[in-house]
Amino acid sequence: MSDMRPEQEFFRYLKEGRFMIQRCRDSGRHVFYPRVAEPESGSTNLEWVEASGEGTVYSMTTVSQKPPAPNYNVALIDLGEGPRMMSCVEGIAPEEVRIGMRVKARIVRKNEKPIVVFVPA
Amino acid sequence: MKDSFPRGQTAIVAAATYGMGEAPGFTNMELATHASIRALTQAGLQPKDVDGLFVVTMDDTLAGLSFAEYLGIRPRITDNCRTGGSSFEIHAAIAALALAAGQCDVALIAYGSNQRTSSGKLTSSSRPSPWESSYRPLNPVSSYALAAARHMHQYGTTKEQLGEVAIAARKWAQKNPDAFMRDELTMDAYLAARSVSSPLGVRDCCLVTDGAAAVVMVRADRAQELTQHPVYLLGAAAEITHREIACMPDLTVTGTARAARRAFAQAGVRPADIDVVELYDAFTINTILFLEDMGFCPKGEGGRFISGGRIAPGGELPVNTNGGGLSCVHPGMYGLFTIVEAVQQLQGACGERQVPGARLAVAHGNGGFLSSEAVLVLGTSETL
Repeated sequence: MSDMRPEQEFFRYLKEGRFMIQRCRDSGRHVFYPRVAEPESGSTNLEWVEASGEGTVYSMTTVSQKPPAPNYNVALIDLGEGPRMMSCVEGIAPEEVRIGMRVKARIVRKNEKPIVVFVPA
Repeated sequence: MKDSFPRGQTAIVAAATYGMGEAPGFTNMELATHASIRALTQAGLQPKDVDGLFVVTMDDTLAGLSFAEYLGIRPRITDNCRTGGSSFEIHAAIAALALAAGQCDVALIAYGSNQRTSSGKLTSSSRPSPWESSYRPLNPVSSYALAAARHMHQYGTTKEQLGEVAIAARKWAQKNPDAFMRDELTMDAYLAARSVSSPLGVRDCCLVTDGAAAVVMVRADRAQELTQHPVYLLGAAAEITHREIACMPDLTVTGTARAARRAFAQAGVRPADIDVVELYDAFTINTILFLEDMGFCPKGEGGRFISGGRIAPGGELPVNTNGGGLSCVHPGMYGLFTIVEAVQQLQGACGERQVPGARLAVAHGNGGFLSSEAVLVLGTSETL
């Protein structure tokens, strides 16, 4: 695992349609964003695991755009495994997103690039 | 070993600004130098007297070298702190440690930015995050908006309370001839302002202006020879908690909490002792968060605390008496201006906005996205 290139591997998994996060075998804690070592402990005993995709909205904001471009949502999602990530909630109007809402991860393509977004669970 | 600080062993003997608002046709370095010469002149000093150089500019990662060259000096100690808008308070802390240890005799802390006239928007010199960029947050405002939304959810803070922060800042700016925005701001106008990244709208956001500032520090035993009104550094502490907002452990508590506890303990003061607070109001939520974290009110009570004009002119706690980043000046990084205003208040030099009898002040800096927080406690000679 000392050969892990976390940033590269995360995006390669994403291209394959898989949302993978890291788990430290020593502490059992999950790590996001991907790193070479667990924060605080520095353990490099990390493995990739499939994210459950379950999350809860921790905070959100609606970014205004000059019409006709639509306003859009940016959110912070607490993953079921523990770590928090920035993402967005799709499938509902940005103004409808609520803190505490349960959401589920989806991989979609934006401008040819796969990204993780969330939809109401 | 106990956390310690050379309390009262160093003093700010000069503080100046230059080009606040619009200063077209100058480079960042030229603006910083103008402010520096003004400050040095106040103390009867020249660049060649400076042997501790502390500078940061947004467009030059080697600004420490560039500035030493520009001033024609060879400093014994130089720092180019890159924690964002808190760099200046951190520079003051390091300058104090260096002065107290005899590593330098005259420290100059400077900043200059032509952000408004050169680009018209907040610029950033940091690497974009691969974990954020796909989601197109408008940074910095979206990160602060996420913090505001969380605070509103957890503590019931309202949009009107954010509005009171903006209105208080504007009322102070109206008393400051150097402030950029001095028109009356009503609650109706605040609420009607265009949303940028909810819940923050145009009037929740700091200005984009030009501006430069500089302060000069020496050891206390020399301060009275250089100025009639030395302002002593009594405490200084800083904390970094994250860089990107998704990594902030709790969006409602900033590093200001632990930094302020340390700085106040070093100074031997409590919030109730502070006469005037200059804090980094990049966005309206900042004032609420930082007043809570510094202990002026309990966590979560900030919105209610500032309501009813408590921090506005005539209120119990003068905050951001120059008009702040919201209404006075904000040239990309604002942290040196909180120091200048705190010093000028303690010197009795603030004219119509003077807080009568001010002896103890806080100057606070914030960097990144509530990422880096730094607190200085400053006092007049009566507080030594």
